[in-house]
Amino acid sequence: MPMAFDSFWVYLSASPLWWLTLTILVYLAAQKLFLKSGSAALLNPVAVSIVVLIALLELSHTSYDAYFAGAQFLHFLLGPATVALAVPLFRQMARLRAIWFPVTVSLAVGVLTGAFSAVAIGYVLGLDRTTLLSLAPKSVTTPVAMGISEVLGGIPAMTAAFVVFTGITGAVIGLRVLKAAGVTDESAVGTAMGVTAHGVGTARAFEVHPVSGAFAGLAMALAAFLTALLLPPLFEWLGWR
Amino acid sequence: MLNGMALLLFCQLCGEALVRLSGWPLPGPVLGMLLLFLWLRYRGRSSHDLDLTADGLLKYLALLFVPAGVGVMVYFDALGGIWLKLGVTLLASAVITLVVTGWTMQWLLRRQKTEHADGV
Repeated sequence: MPMAFDSFWVYLSASPLWWLTLTILVYLAAQKLFLKSGSAALLNPVAVSIVVLIALLELSHTSYDAYFAGAQFLHFLLGPATVALAVPLFRQMARLRAIWFPVTVSLAVGVLTGAFSAVAIGYVLGLDRTTLLSLAPKSVTTPVAMGISEVLGGIPAMTAAFVVFTGITGAVIGLRVLKAAGVTDESAVGTAMGVTAHGVGTARAFEVHPVSGAFAGLAMALAAFLTALLLPPLFEWLGWR
Repeated sequence: MLNGMALLLFCQLCGEALVRLSGWPLPGPVLGMLLLFLWLRYRGRSSHDLDLTADGLLKYLALLFVPAGVGVMVYFDALGGIWLKLGVTLLASAVITLVVTGWTMQWLLRRQKTEHADGV
């Protein structure tokens, strides 16, 4: 006898296969829409996929944990994908060796600007101290940002949400902002994207130019090192911790 | 592709082990990336297999952020009261960081280029 729809739904929604498949299908559709629109910034595939999936989860009363049971298989691949960033970087070795000084200085400037601009603007807007400390590492890839947030006295879970929002914002507006500011060099574009919007920005940079992508990957990784190294002692020195 | 994937996972594993042993507040994959980079430099070249796996994974890098991004829904209630201030802060900070970093790097690149042209 065939299953009734509701028991079929119970079976399907409890299986990791359903949300895993749906995540990929939604992303592919969002990507198609993005290309069809002539790469309209607001139709960023990551942003659209997240909005659509959250709507589907809310409508079907599915918890994030139930969703993640399936989606974790994609999430896991972030690890090896991050390691894989060494390959495009290796291909850019000659270029990197020639401009290591501008890269290093820009990264240090970017890391400090990312943290202090957020704290300053948030302070002016009247956000409380814990929120400000949770904001500081928002330009860094999630696992590092959460660790730094904890050291500073912020709330790591809140930081995780800020990191995701920052990454998507950077991916959506980044290229347009840089173009408007007259930043045309591919390595400069990549470095700015990686240091501002970590992995999501890096993914976007790869879509426009392999050199931008390679430098974004480098910027993301070194920004993680630099932020973990600089922020806690700096905040302690300022008496903010 | 299996050789390439095995190498990526092995580097990640070494990275995670280093993090645990040293207590550095860094993610294992970032250290793994550094290890793979050092290995490639030591060897002097990549392999066809590693190229294939790395390019394949990086082509869909954006998709891999979707599961974590959906997690924002968990914080909807907690951040509900201050969402506008937060949104403005994060957006403005992103614009400033992009522009300042982009300008700094481009300015330094041009300066370096003229210095070379002048023979300094």
